[in-house]
Amino acid sequence: MESTYIFLQHYWWFIVSLLGAILVFLLFVQGGNSLIYRIGQTEEERKILINSTGRKWEFTFTTLVTFGGAFFASFPLFYSTSFGGAYWLWMIILFTFVLQAVSYEFQSKIGNLLGRSTYRYFLMLNGVMGPLLLGMAVSTFFYGANFEVTKDNLTELGMPVISTWSNGWHGLDAFAEPWNLVLGMAVFFLARLLGGMYFINNIDNEAINTRCRRQLISDAAPFLMFFLAYVIRTLLKDGFAVNPETQTIVMEPYKYFNNFVDMPYLLVLFLIGVVCVLYGLGKSILVSTYNKGIWFSGVGTVLTVLSLLLVAGYNNTAYYPSLADMQSSLTISNSCSSLFTLKTMAYVSILVPFVLAYIFYAWRAIDRKSITADEIKNDDHAY
Amino acid sequence: MIEAIDTSLIDWSRAQFALTAMYHWLFVPLTLGLAVIMGTMETVYYRTGNEFWKRTAKFWMKLFGINFAIGVATGLILEFQFGTNWSNYSWFVGDIFGAPLAIEGILAFFMEATFIAVMFFGWEKVSRKFHLASTWLTGLGATISAWWILVANSWMQYPVGMEFNPDTMRNEMVDFMSVAFSPVAVVKFFHTVLSSWVLGAVFVIGVSCWYLIKKRENEFAKASIKVASAVGLFASIVTAATGDQSAYQVAQVQPMKLASMEALYDGSSHAPLTVVGPVEIPEMLSVLATHSTEGFVPGINDIIKGGYQLSDGTQALSVDEKIERGKMAIKALADYRKAKKEGDLSSMETSLGVLNENMPYFGYGYIKDTSTLVPNVNLMFWSFRVMVGLGVYFIVLFALLLFLTWKKTCNVDYHKWLLWIGVLSIPMAYIASQAGWIVAEVGRQPWTIQDMLPVDAAISKLETGSVQTTFFIFLIMFTVLLVAEIGIMLKAIKKGPEEK
Repeated sequence: MESTYIFLQHYWWFIVSLLGAILVFLLFVQGGNSLIYRIGQTEEERKILINSTGRKWEFTFTTLVTFGGAFFASFPLFYSTSFGGAYWLWMIILFTFVLQAVSYEFQSKIGNLLGRSTYRYFLMLNGVMGPLLLGMAVSTFFYGANFEVTKDNLTELGMPVISTWSNGWHGLDAFAEPWNLVLGMAVFFLARLLGGMYFINNIDNEAINTRCRRQLISDAAPFLMFFLAYVIRTLLKDGFAVNPETQTIVMEPYKYFNNFVDMPYLLVLFLIGVVCVLYGLGKSILVSTYNKGIWFSGVGTVLTVLSLLLVAGYNNTAYYPSLADMQSSLTISNSCSSLFTLKTMAYVSILVPFVLAYIFYAWRAIDRKSITADEIKNDDHAY
Repeated sequence: MIEAIDTSLIDWSRAQFALTAMYHWLFVPLTLGLAVIMGTMETVYYRTGNEFWKRTAKFWMKLFGINFAIGVATGLILEFQFGTNWSNYSWFVGDIFGAPLAIEGILAFFMEATFIAVMFFGWEKVSRKFHLASTWLTGLGATISAWWILVANSWMQYPVGMEFNPDTMRNEMVDFMSVAFSPVAVVKFFHTVLSSWVLGAVFVIGVSCWYLIKKRENEFAKASIKVASAVGLFASIVTAATGDQSAYQVAQVQPMKLASMEALYDGSSHAPLTVVGPVEIPEMLSVLATHSTEGFVPGINDIIKGGYQLSDGTQALSVDEKIERGKMAIKALADYRKAKKEGDLSSMETSLGVLNENMPYFGYGYIKDTSTLVPNVNLMFWSFRVMVGLGVYFIVLFALLLFLTWKKTCNVDYHKWLLWIGVLSIPMAYIASQAGWIVAEVGRQPWTIQDMLPVDAAISKLETGSVQTTFFIFLIMFTVLLVAEIGIMLKAIKKGPEEK
């Protein structure tokens, strides 16, 4: 039973990490939206761009919601500790996603109260803040957060709350750690790169195409700088290790580097991922007729993020370290659901390939042809 | 110094949840209801090839799309709010409660998100058959989503299939099937989804009546009324039937909710049902609550004082006794934890015995003021009557419209007053729907999980100011978006269906 439980903890950390990785890839919608005014210089062009990401935004949104739901079901202590503690960080992320969700449908409609450009600014706001803040939130998996978990509080009648935040900033304290910002910026620029490559693939328009490729060049440099700096720094820093016997948390030098060494398959996954991202990006910049970059870089993004998240949780590592009280740090074994629930949810997860299959089938049906200006003019449901 | 939770934090956290849930529920029932109506219309188009039905279905789809976007937006907050504002709840029952939320995402949201794109952008790209399937699958996705979130809600009202684990300090699921298919969930699902079809039908009828008043879109409006009144009549009758079932269940599992719905302070056998004022139906409440004229229905005072006989033959405990036993359970839990740390096996066993014996009253241990155990009786009494009264009214409205439509096929000219009634019924449907949720949610206060966790012990430890700030941000944001949505809807309705 013990080994099944450990297996299921790893299985669910994998599923949650995979959803997180797919979410980062799907942030191309946000990245694309941050470029609406940069790439789209005429009204027609902006309309094309919005309609292009507009056909995919629901997947990003749904993946975010499912990521939340899956995290809740499999690691409820993270859900209560991080969401209830880093209140403002998560709330700001949610606000921008709420505004984004209505903006596509509302922006071009008459009677929309705020006017078209307001809704487009909402899309841009979410396009910038979404990736930046999600990246910062993920970075706290490596750099820690200020919380305490005291399960015995449940028996304190006056103050029975188990998870508490140790300062009044409630998540905004993530800004105080510069490396969180570095990952936030890396994810932001990555989302823009993916957005650009998605446009190149999805839109049949010469001017947009050329501008997207130029934009790739100017976003590639900051992305590489932030990303490499973050990876190097994180591999060299001390990490939060768990003693599997006693479950106590100790600092271990080069923990994340050691994790890659201990789990070489993750290192392979990581390197393949990085190469794929760079290949898709490089070829999109160099070859002006190449439009498959999003696929290489997209798959690469999923592999890279997946390997990083697995490194954060596997191999006796605390995936959500506490800076306020090290022993409160969350690990996949002290924060997970019961064996029964993980098992039940594992059966449910068998349906996931079926879901992916129909998504793929439906996407292909819709995306057989690239979007053109004429199509949008003739489409009565265009945004 | 012993820290205590500020009661204003509890109030504001509740206010925020109520606000966001009520806004969300402005949009969800229309999504569920319109899905069936436009699906039916597109099916007619698929079968007959008549372009008229395609045009008709497409018009309602357009309104569906506007409404859907804001429904999705408001829904996001609800899911994450369990973590952000109810963190203790999330740990205490996350092992059970998280599962339906995750399943909802995996099974329902992806289905909706995928097929809504085909429905809107696929007319010229996929076959008619594939398109029709996509329209129905969009609605099915929304309905499956309703299933799982209502499973989650029902579980809070009638917690089953779990055990408390003192080592992890939480409840753990032991029987998934009894959670996923609890009788309360089944009844709640049909009552909620079918009442949403009623709202969708009333909406379609109201908009169509407006066209007829304006002497526009004659054929379109009449065809829409025909489909909507058929769907609506069926749905409103099922809603009434499941409502009756629901009342019976409430009487069994949440007697305080029933007593406050009826403003019944002192219970009795042969209890009459108050309609309004002095009008009563003799013995009806006993029949509704116990399926027998003899049945004793406890009032609010009875529940507080205890001492009456429960349906299983035992004596009901008073609230004070329950609080006492809840405190014993919580103390036993503390003792168990202490003994465990000290490795004192015999104390652990003793404490565990006390804990298990008193576990059914665990949540009462956190209750500081017994008056908080009584929900707002006025609000309950009137919300319930508004819901039921309007429900009966809708049955009559649908039956009348269907009769007229059926009698004279589609060429009937409705009286102007009837058309106005149709238009004015739209807000009534929303009021009925909201009133239903007020009965369900206000009626279970103060429990986030019936008898196990009151709101006081379920929240996140935040500053009241933070929650106040987010409350007002949501209030302003959702209100502005609602006004925008209504504006867009009205313009779209004014414009009408596209030309042939």
